Amino acid sequence: MSKYTERENGRGFNEPRPIIAKAGVIKKADGSAYFKIGKTAAYAAVYGPREMHPKHDQDPKTGVLRCNYNMMPFSTEERVKPGPSRRSKEISMVTTKAILPVVNLVDYPNAVVDVFIELTETDAGSRCAGICAASIALADAGITMRDMVAAVSCGVIDHKIAVDLDGPEEHLHDLDVADIPIAMVPSTEEITLLQMDGKVSKDELFKAIESVKPVLKHIADIQRKALKDRYK
Amino acid sequence: MTEGKLLVKEKDVVVPGEVLASGMSYLPGNGTYRLNDNIMANRLGLLVIDGKVLKSLPLAGRYLPRKYDVIIGKVIDILMSGWRLEINSPYSAVLPLKDASFAYIPKGADLTRYFELEDYAVVKITNVTSQNLVDVTCKGPGLHKIKGGRIIYVNTNKVPRIIGKKGSMVSMIKRATDCKVIVGQNGIAWISGEPEMEVITVNAIKMIEEHSHISGLTDKIKEYLEKATGRKIEFNAEPAEIGEEVRAEETVEADSNGSGHEY
Repeated sequence: MSKYTERENGRGFNEPRPIIAKAGVIKKADGSAYFKIGKTAAYAAVYGPREMHPKHDQDPKTGVLRCNYNMMPFSTEERVKPGPSRRSKEISMVTTKAILPVVNLVDYPNAVVDVFIELTETDAGSRCAGICAASIALADAGITMRDMVAAVSCGVIDHKIAVDLDGPEEHLHDLDVADIPIAMVPSTEEITLLQMDGKVSKDELFKAIESVKPVLKHIADIQRKALKDRYK
Repeated sequence: MTEGKLLVKEKDVVVPGEVLASGMSYLPGNGTYRLNDNIMANRLGLLVIDGKVLKSLPLAGRYLPRKYDVIIGKVIDILMSGWRLEINSPYSAVLPLKDASFAYIPKGADLTRYFELEDYAVVKITNVTSQNLVDVTCKGPGLHKIKGGRIIYVNTNKVPRIIGKKGSMVSMIKRATDCKVIVGQNGIAWISGEPEMEVITVNAIKMIEEHSHISGLTDKIKEYLEKATGRKIEFNAEPAEIGEEVRAEETVEADSNGSGHEY
């Protein structure tokens, strides 16, 4: 039996934090979005397709997707040193890889679509919020994509599965906590991002993936609604 | 075969991954695709139902050069034998020497005499390659270098709406304000006339851009123009249907001053 029987924040074990999503928040960008889940907030701005610089990164076969993840210095209790770090570079890369399977850039050889993700507030699950914001922003920019990409993290706290961990839960010291960020293409249920931090059994991992699927579909609906609301 | 079921209405805003119809009796068109039994949208757009075909007309996105489009470009570089133009697209266009002017350009001539950096020109796309290398010409009816007036950038996808059915919307604006207006397919527009009228024209175009997806737009614009200019517009424009493809040539011809050999 798990010692974690009730979540401290009063949420159900399959319940994500409250979500706010908006499209078209940055006027100058070709597409943009704001995605807030609990106390984690991400802005994403899409520029392009545009000419690729540096030139040696051009791909004559297809357009390139380039995501950039960045936490604002004030986004968390401990100041984040501005500029790229090992962590932010890795997250930029996994974000790109999470979104790439749905976008189609073959009409734009040698060009690049830049996605800038800025996190103004972070309280766990920031890469997932970034992916959600980026996929709304890409759709808003009119990029061809076969579906949205929804992402949320799934926690396993002392063998109990809890969807969308927040900061305090992630930092529980007396229990084993595993944090599993998952991104999925809702229509085909393809997993495009799967990372893990902590210790879980194979069974628990599969259970965790199954339990976030309905949540991810719900998030995708929120993302689509955000886009539609822009044209009301 | 199962009976097909349509899950959205015509002119609805559709978003990527949205299921538009189920069953096999509908077909996917531009901006939609089939996934098993469903037709899904794969870009942000307005749904158009054309018989059995479901299409999504883009609401956003940058301009992709197409052959025979009439566009406005800005000279950003002078090459060995031509000019490079910025065309509000991920790709730039090249205006070769032989297509630049009806006048004979001798070897080694100073090319800035014909087009200087930052000059704008109305040009037509003559060729687009698979890698989106673009060639344009400035020789032809309505094609010319731009002098005076002002340039504005509009959403490329709203250009057909700004032009209207057979150019009805833009000719209404032109009549109301006495401005010369050229709207390039690439979303760059040139407006020239009395300064106050230019401002009214810009506002009218911005209004169309903002409200392009609502119906009854022509009347709204007419009302605005009458109020702003203080003149009555007798011209009765046929309201353009949403989703109608209108090319720019129609507008360009209206104010072409001959063959454009002004140099």
